[in-house]
Amino acid sequence: MSIFIDKDTKLVVQGITGRDGSFHTKQMIEYGTKVVAGVTPGKGGQTFEGTVPVFNTVYDAVEKTGANTAVIYVPPMGAADAIMEAADAGCALVVCITEGVPVLDMTKVYPFVKEKGARLLGPNCPGLISPGASKVGIIPGRICAPGPVGVVSRSGTLTYEIVYQLTRAGIGQTTCVGIGGDPINGTNFIDCLAAFEKDPHTKAVAMMGEIGGTDEQEAADFVKHHMTKPVVGFIAGQTAPPGRRMGHAGAIISGSAGTAAEKIDAFKAAGMGVAKRPIDFVDLIKAGLK
Amino acid sequence: MNLHEYQAKDILRGYGVPIPAGEVATSPEQAEAIAMKLGTAVMVKAQVHAGGRGKAGGVKFCKTPADAKEKATAILGMHIKGLTVEKVLVTTAADIASEAYVGIIVDRQRKKPVFMVSAAGGIDIEEVAAKTPEKILYVPVDTRYGLRGYEAMRMGFFLYQDIKLVKQAAKIMQQLYAAFMASGCSLAEINPLVGTPSGELIAVDGKMVVDDNELDRHKDIEALRDVSSEAPSEVDARNCNLTFIKLEGDVGCVVNGAGLAMATMDLVKYYGGEPANFLDIGGSSNPEKVVNALRIITADPAVKCILFNIFGGITRTDDVANGIVTATKSNPLKVPIVIRLTGTNEEIAMKILTENGFSASSDMDEAVQKAVQLAKGGKAA
Repeated sequence: MSIFIDKDTKLVVQGITGRDGSFHTKQMIEYGTKVVAGVTPGKGGQTFEGTVPVFNTVYDAVEKTGANTAVIYVPPMGAADAIMEAADAGCALVVCITEGVPVLDMTKVYPFVKEKGARLLGPNCPGLISPGASKVGIIPGRICAPGPVGVVSRSGTLTYEIVYQLTRAGIGQTTCVGIGGDPINGTNFIDCLAAFEKDPHTKAVAMMGEIGGTDEQEAADFVKHHMTKPVVGFIAGQTAPPGRRMGHAGAIISGSAGTAAEKIDAFKAAGMGVAKRPIDFVDLIKAGLK
Repeated sequence: MNLHEYQAKDILRGYGVPIPAGEVATSPEQAEAIAMKLGTAVMVKAQVHAGGRGKAGGVKFCKTPADAKEKATAILGMHIKGLTVEKVLVTTAADIASEAYVGIIVDRQRKKPVFMVSAAGGIDIEEVAAKTPEKILYVPVDTRYGLRGYEAMRMGFFLYQDIKLVKQAAKIMQQLYAAFMASGCSLAEINPLVGTPSGELIAVDGKMVVDDNELDRHKDIEALRDVSSEAPSEVDARNCNLTFIKLEGDVGCVVNGAGLAMATMDLVKYYGGEPANFLDIGGSSNPEKVVNALRIITADPAVKCILFNIFGGITRTDDVANGIVTATKSNPLKVPIVIRLTGTNEEIAMKILTENGFSASSDMDEAVQKAVQLAKGGKAA
């Protein structure tokens, strides 16, 4: 079992003929994801790799193929429009991989998607994977294995690092979700924690946060009051200087707010396990699974 | 990207915000000439990307042009928080009857821009928010509809009693909001918004921060970037499409991905070392990025050891290995290097490195410990 995506996920890829879109579409098909359609305006009628029909609009793709999930690999200045198109066309889950989407664009996209009743993941995220069932985005499939742990994170490669160490230690995952490193994103930690709490196959959750904002503190509060399953947390950026954007647009300590120390304190206050190093997840999750 | 006060004021003036007349000077003589032209008492204000300019002596009131020349002589070349003042704004001094704070910031929790206004202007708004939150009115704006007339009026009434001032303030809110949206800002503020004894409102200081992700859309704003306030290595890195932040330590870090880069710095600290930088070479495995990264890091004399930490997901570790070999052939390293690679094409990468006289580990903790030891002048285990 898993959250958000499974064997029934029918995916439409926006920007399927682009450099990143085509590369990752092949990887997703290879992994077993049901990629039912692609969209590139002006290339409707073509087929991708001889198997996936390409449409001019997401509306056409949804109507002709029954796609229920969209993944977006379009340049940043077109990403907001692509997200709204997918939500308007009826996709229940929209995953935006694109990095560099202006935050003011997101202030318009966020309420639009909510009103359409869709879930947005990202932008600036690696997507998600339910090992053995489906992957949407760019998380490398071979570092994951099916198992009992839910993973949710704000970053990409750090998530891979920790998932890989879990897998090597024989600990598999229900679903790994990258929520992205931007200041405004569609899905937050709490959305994922709530879904993992409901998923009967998830027995423990690994959560990787970073400096900036208050998402982790609110997530800790949620864990304290609403979670029965053990949650282990980690915060990246303990050595980050204030006022500097650490790669991710959202990873910035503003004044004295959003520091690693304040987030770690929130985790401790919620009774969560705290991984001091990425490798510590292995033992803490093992203990949680007992 | 931060704009200087004079740049922000130029933009705000373009949207109709009342701003005192003024010009930028780079020499005391220029400052004197501008003061002469203005024909009023002036303020000479250091243009530097640092808070607390006033406290540092970078803002002075001058009665005469000769006075402006003298004050400009003192301020130009002054160091404020490590930055050298190269420009001053010479601007008409305002008669002050009241001071208010007006700002808009993108609020992560509300997922909207939020206006913050307070009649307690001219001071640090964070302090007001912490100590007397009731003195601030917050007004979130739905950017799909823009700032509505009644919202702007509500802020006007919160700040002033006199209906003439209320209406002026509401108009300024609309102008500030228009400038904020059109320039792709993450923050814009007027502090203080001054009420003069004759009943006019004027923006005496202005600040704008533009979202870096908007700069592709706003080449005119990108052109305003002042690189003199940045570390040259950071400017170099940005031109090579690398995200680099210089720090004070001695372990130079080259990592793929922002989260892993932060976690690597933290691990350096965990094992008793100090990271020299944050550097994310990004997801693509272009060997050129590795070459540039090594050039930028080795240019820092404080770096005693270089640490590569690459998790090959999308990034091919053999590409990174080739980059390291190419870079060090043309520019042999003067400090030790510790390489950690794992993931995509790891075996090929290890072979390339070994054949070229490098050793590499696949374990992150092991590599970081070794790098910390080497930076301290110790021998690696």
